[in-house]
Amino acid sequence: MSILVDKASRVLIQGITGNEGQFHSWQMFQYGTNVVAGVTPGKGGDWIFDGKVPVFDSVKVAKDATGANVSVIFVPARYAADAMLEAADAEIPLIVCITEGVPVRDMIQVRKFLDQKKVYLVGPNCPGLLTPGQAKVGIIPGNITKPGNVGVVSRSGTLTYEVLYAMLANDIGSSTCVGIGGDPVHGLNFIDTLELFEADPETDQVVMIGEIGGNEEQLAADYIARYMTKPVVAFIAGESAPPGKRMGHAGAIIESGEGTAEEKIHALRVSGVQIAHHPEEIASMLIR
Amino acid sequence: MKLHEYQSKKIFEQFGVPIPKGRVANIASEAKQIAEELGGRVVIKSQVLVGGRGKAGGIKLAKDPNEAMKFASDILGMEIKGLPVRKILVDEAVNFEQEIYLAIINNRSNNCPMIVASASGGVDIEEVAQLSPEKIIKYNIDPLLGLQDFQARDVALSIDLPRVYWKNFIKILHGLYHAFWETDSTLAEINPLVITKDERMMALDAKMIIDDNALFRHPDLIEFRDLDIEAPAEVEARKYGLSFIKLDGEIGCMVNGAGLAMATMDIIQQNGGSPANFLDIGGGAGAEKVSAALRIILSDPKVKVILINIFGGITRCDEVAKGLLSSIKQTKIKIPIVVRLVGTNEELGRRLLCDSEILTADSLVSAAKTSVLLATGGEL
Repeated sequence: MSILVDKASRVLIQGITGNEGQFHSWQMFQYGTNVVAGVTPGKGGDWIFDGKVPVFDSVKVAKDATGANVSVIFVPARYAADAMLEAADAEIPLIVCITEGVPVRDMIQVRKFLDQKKVYLVGPNCPGLLTPGQAKVGIIPGNITKPGNVGVVSRSGTLTYEVLYAMLANDIGSSTCVGIGGDPVHGLNFIDTLELFEADPETDQVVMIGEIGGNEEQLAADYIARYMTKPVVAFIAGESAPPGKRMGHAGAIIESGEGTAEEKIHALRVSGVQIAHHPEEIASMLIR
Repeated sequence: MKLHEYQSKKIFEQFGVPIPKGRVANIASEAKQIAEELGGRVVIKSQVLVGGRGKAGGIKLAKDPNEAMKFASDILGMEIKGLPVRKILVDEAVNFEQEIYLAIINNRSNNCPMIVASASGGVDIEEVAQLSPEKIIKYNIDPLLGLQDFQARDVALSIDLPRVYWKNFIKILHGLYHAFWETDSTLAEINPLVITKDERMMALDAKMIIDDNALFRHPDLIEFRDLDIEAPAEVEARKYGLSFIKLDGEIGCMVNGAGLAMATMDIIQQNGGSPANFLDIGGGAGAEKVSAALRIILSDPKVKVILINIFGGITRCDEVAKGLLSSIKQTKIKIPIVVRLVGTNEELGRRLLCDSEILTADSLVSAAKTSVLLATGGEL
């Protein structure tokens, strides 16, 4: 078991023929992910990966032909909103948008539309999902973790890889890794993911990696205190970040003194979450 | 991207938000001429992208054109919070009775635009928010419907605006909302929106922040970028697609990934050092980017050590190491470099680096400790 994606996921890739898309789609394919279709408007009818994966002109056609139930998006930022809306309109139940740099206004509209459709969105500006040994849906390197009982949820990319790798070095694997993304307006949040992990019988403990900006970690702290029975270990990046500056991620900014690492760490501690000082420490705080 | 007051006012005017008569100038004699055109009494306002201009002496009321010229010349020579004043806005002086705060921002928690309004305008709104939060009203807007008249009336009501001004206020709020939405702003703020002695309403000040990710659809706004407010290194970094923020410390950082870059800075600080910058070189760590990043870090004379922290995932560590080596050789570097490479093929990568004068570390903590030690003049 796992959350969101597994061996049975039928994955469609929007932007499969682009540079980034092709590279990462191939990685996904090689990992053993069940990639059933690609979508690139204007290239319908082509086949990719030694003729194993068909390319379609639209998500709707691809879904009807292949039964795809997950879409992962690699299209450039200015077309990403359109891609997300298309996938949602085709009622793909899980949409994962890797693209970085999507305008906030686009995301506000996309979210509003998706909320009416009852589909899950992960991202944008995220590394995607990885259920070790089953499905890699996004860009998380496949060889840095193995199947295990730790659910990992994070706003960051390489920081998550660090943690997974440190866990692997200590012989600890993960159930599913979820990169929820670094944008201020995005899909799945910490609470949504924690809820899924809490309900997943294969997940026994959770690692949560947050950062400055917004108040999702504080809301998650409240959720953890009220509802979580599984232990949570957290790391919050950005203790040394100056206020008012966007630290790489569009959402990583301390505004009007709010969204600091201190307040997040405090809220989580109060909720009984163990806080790691640095990413490598997390592995030693997990239960063997 | 932050816009200057005069730029924001230009946009407001296009969207039907009334502003005072005025013009921007960059020499004092021009200010005198504008003052003459506007009838003598004018406000001279420094155009710098920091708050607290008034307190710093960057805003002055001149009673006649000669005084306007004098104040203009004073202000044009000033530096406010480290930023040189290169432009001033010369606006007609307006007598007003009431000051209102009115802004649109994005509400991150509800994923929609939000109106923020207060009858206590004209002061630092963050102070009002802290001291008397009940004086600030917040109102979410449906992004697909946009602002509706009844919502604008609700806002007018909740700030106790006299009924005679409602019609005008609703028009201004619609204008502000459209300005916000159409330009992909993340902030559109009027502080203060005043009611004048002759019963008009106008925006005496204006502030806008445009979403950098949306600039591709606003080519006209790109010209508004003020390179003065950014450190030259930040401008240079943008050219190479590097995310760079200059800080005050002594340890230069080069990291792949924003979260990991922040974590690296945190660990430096935890170990008694201070980071000189935030720098995310992104995925792949290609040779051109690494070289550019090294040059940018070295342009800061305060930097005593460089800490490179790379996680090799899909790009293997041996490839990263090769890239680093060639870039480091190309860029003549006299200060110590500490590299922490971790991930796929890390042993191979580290062994490649061992052949050179680069110091390698196998954990983030030890990399940070070594860097701090070297930055404080210690020996290994």
